[in-house]
Amino acid sequence: MSESYQTRECDVLVIGAGGAGLRAAIAAAQAGCSTLVVSKSLLGKAHTVMAEGGIAAGLANLDTPDSWEVHFADTMLGGQLINNWRMVDLYSREVIDRVYELERWGGLFDRTDDGLIMQRAFGAHSWKRLCHVGDRTGLELIRTLQDKMVHTAGTEVLMECTLTRLLTHGDRVCGAFGYLRNTGELIVIRAGAVVMASGGWGRMFRYTSNSWEGTGDGAAMAYEAGAELQDMEFVQFHPTGMIWPPGARGILVTEAVRGEGGILRNSEGERFMERYDPVKKDLSSRDVVARSIYKEVVAGRGSPHGGAFLDIASRRSAADIRKRLPSMCDQFEALAGVDISKEPMEVGPTIHYTMGGIRVDAETGASTVPGLYAAGEAAAGLHGANRLGGNSLGDILVFGRRAGAAAAESAKSLGAKPAVSQKQLAGAEADVLLPLAHDLGEKAENSYVLHRALQEAMQDDAGIGRSEESLSRALTAIGELTERSTRMRAGGGRVLNPGWHTCRDVLSMLTVSEAIVRSATARRESRGSQWRFDFPEKDAHLGQINLVARKRGGAMKVEERALVPMPDDVVTRLARSRFFDPAALPSHYAGKVPAPGPEAH
Amino acid sequence: MAGALPQGSDAVPQPGAGLFSPVDGPPTPESGLTGETITLRVFKGQPGGEMGYATHEVPEVTGMVVLDAVHWVQRNQDSDLACRWNCKAGKCGSCSAEVNGRPVLMCKTRIDTLPRGPVTVQPMKSFPLIKDLVTDVSRNYETNKLIPPFTAAPDDGTPWRIQQMDIDRLYEYRRCIECFLCQDVCHVNRTHDLSARFFGPRFFVRVASLEMHPKDILDRRDLLHDQGGLGYCNITKCCTEVCPEDIHITDNAIIPLKERVADAHWDPVQWVARKLRGSSAKTGERAADK
Ligand SMILES: Cc1cc2nc3c(=O)[nH]c(=O)nc-3n(C[C@H](O)[C@H](O)[C@H](O)COP(=O)(O)OP(=O)(O)OC[C@H]3O[C@@H](n4cnc5c(N)ncnc54)[C@H](O)[C@@H]3O)c2cc1C
Ligand code: SF4
Ligand code: SF4
Ligand code: FES
Repeated sequence: MSESYQTRECDVLVIGAGGAGLRAAIAAAQAGCSTLVVSKSLLGKAHTVMAEGGIAAGLANLDTPDSWEVHFADTMLGGQLINNWRMVDLYSREVIDRVYELERWGGLFDRTDDGLIMQRAFGAHSWKRLCHVGDRTGLELIRTLQDKMVHTAGTEVLMECTLTRLLTHGDRVCGAFGYLRNTGELIVIRAGAVVMASGGWGRMFRYTSNSWEGTGDGAAMAYEAGAELQDMEFVQFHPTGMIWPPGARGILVTEAVRGEGGILRNSEGERFMERYDPVKKDLSSRDVVARSIYKEVVAGRGSPHGGAFLDIASRRSAADIRKRLPSMCDQFEALAGVDISKEPMEVGPTIHYTMGGIRVDAETGASTVPGLYAAGEAAAGLHGANRLGGNSLGDILVFGRRAGAAAAESAKSLGAKPAVSQKQLAGAEADVLLPLAHDLGEKAENSYVLHRALQEAMQDDAGIGRSEESLSRALTAIGELTERSTRMRAGGGRVLNPGWHTCRDVLSMLTVSEAIVRSATARRESRGSQWRFDFPEKDAHLGQINLVARKRGGAMKVEERALVPMPDDVVTRLARSRFFDPAALPSHYAGKVPAPGPEAH
Repeated sequence: MAGALPQGSDAVPQPGAGLFSPVDGPPTPESGLTGETITLRVFKGQPGGEMGYATHEVPEVTGMVVLDAVHWVQRNQDSDLACRWNCKAGKCGSCSAEVNGRPVLMCKTRIDTLPRGPVTVQPMKSFPLIKDLVTDVSRNYETNKLIPPFTAAPDDGTPWRIQQMDIDRLYEYRRCIECFLCQDVCHVNRTHDLSARFFGPRFFVRVASLEMHPKDILDRRDLLHDQGGLGYCNITKCCTEVCPEDIHITDNAIIPLKERVADAHWDPVQWVARKLRGSSAKTGERAADK
């Protein structure tokens, strides 16, 4: 190392202070481990705070036929059966406990007349299932966890710190390296085990509901350390983002608007979802609704700014709308000057969520690299090819807790923490400081310009619909940008310098974009969020595998991993979903599900 | 941009084509550029170095908010201009600053609602400056640690029954997005720097959310009186005026807490009686405050 740096030591390092990271930290500290939580933003500002609609759990408080089994079935069917069924099983059972736990930690939920937790309808969920408080559920969840965490002995928080590299000893992860955003100081954290809870990535696309944090650092770091990135082709377009005014484009309009009765119309006033999905209509799964809006726009029936109209004003009373969707009312009034209790909203698809991520073991969240665990949006497997709304807030609680507990066990069994390799540190330091160091004159590249160019390439060629041709264009663009990224130069100093920070973000986004494009190319079929113009149908073989991207000999390779098939008694559960269609069952499961019983309808 | 329709496709053009119009380019109704420019005066600098205002001419876009203008400057003119932001939708409380002297969220402040003429953006005054628009708000997180967390009585674990009425009351406090604008504007922080002995409005709201929770069993009134410095608040209501979440900080949090503290300190017998009556008394009393 050429300069001094801060050092920290802990049993468990949790990277990320969203719901997954906070829940993991609570579990690790409760297991007796000293736990350090690191986040790029201030505490309480992660994506989790922005979640609106609610958390899905089969409490059956309103719709008595609901249960964890139906939740299991809906989640598997929504994911087009390439989810890790074992994860879905654990998830649908345990999310119920996690919701009640949250309430006992002080979290609020809206109530039924009987005083139980209220639940609302959401896309592709058979029954009213989303526990919520108004349309601010994420705020409630993160604040509750934040308070629980800071008051749990053994936890410590380091805010506004960007980690850039996982440190390894042999093949085991033993800590991380990064910088403090506010001072530019470098930091080394030694840890017995690491939980990657760094969230998803939307920022490589131009229109996204994600904040500046969603650059995929965690996936990129894990990839560099040898982990497998699974299902990277599956990127969720949320059907309803704001599209006007331009500055607000991409900001989310919660699905709760449709859950509370809102419907989509085209420029001719037609409720077009009746045509695309006569059963679920406006509450079809997100991939279907997003594509339908897209098709309406392409057919010339779009709204003035190229989207659709979302109308709740004619469906509910103004008082109901203000009561149930207060922050949506506020958002449209402040940003668009639209009163949603009187007028329709203009909406269009926005990049929202990443189903893919670090490949993990269902029970423990262990990645394929020893000492590295992952949970929440950074991990893959629960949602398959398409996530249902409300399943992410549950995901982060169930698997955050599991990963935190497993990482604690791993750290405790380790004994002494291994030494950190000076060579690795020197390399990590050189990478981080490079954009400030060299003077390339004319050849220097601006990180904002590269970021914008990457967004154009990904939005246009690896977005809602893809083809061999568009994906190869995207890959070429990524190759060129990767080359140019070696010449990124940032003016200014090390204290809070966003131009410099963006250099780092661009590198993460390039790695993750490459994984998205390579995986999307290899998946020569349409399934869930992956829509291939050149392969519009499902492929039987691809329905039995996941794709993983991993580093081999310095280059990215995409490989197949066979899915563990559901045992027969589990396949039967699928019939519990109201949306189960035996004809759509892939051949390897065909004939294993009896005709749907009466309780399913 | 998008190429031709690939063969054998679903009879729809390539992604990107026409779905969204670009924001850059000539002023047209689609691009949203109005053809006007905005003069933005942004505070720039850090302690120990040069400090002052830099002026930028920013192309105006329909519906532009102050944060958009700051981002435009970052991308096009001053790549190391520092600000905080996350959600860009008024939900996270990151982008607090003072715009034309008023503490606001930059992402919710539309330029077209401000008087024509230069727009001045500066960091929150009551917190130590780090750089440009970013201040050190860490003391808020330290204050929060002093407040004993939600604590319920042990029970058999059956799901709780709580009335929606109670949730509605508490929800006002829970809406807080921790933007710290109220902390910024409060004169106790601004002019007297009693921060070590004064929680400030944000944390009075926090304590209220705990104290009024029907299932919480702790009593935080001594804490409020002593360490919390509730007495320093002289109900100027400045905090309520700036709260972007429209929380009635003074009327619905501070004043009821002051009444409770007064009870505790002057009439302990009544307090014990109330605690014994249990949780319904807690909320019943809250209703009477309104
Ligand atoms: C607008 C919006 C609305 C949503 N609504 C819903 C909903 O209603 N229901 C639902 O179930 N889901 C919803 N989601 C999805 C859900 O909120 C997220 O998927 C979930 O909160 C992710 O949680 P997480 O803990 O995995 O990650 P995040 O909350 O994204 O947190 C990631 C953390 O990692 C940190 N981090 C990242 N990189 C680094 C690094 N290099 N160094 C240090 N720290 C790092 C970040 O600072 C952050 O603290 C919504 C998402 C958005 C954006
Ligand atoms: S009402 Fe009290 S807390 Fe609010 S600004 Fe005035 S003195 Fe400060
Ligand atoms: S009470 Fe209002 S002003 Fe104060 S921190 Fe919370 S949201 Fe901001
Ligand atoms: S960026 Fe979240 S409140 Fe402004």
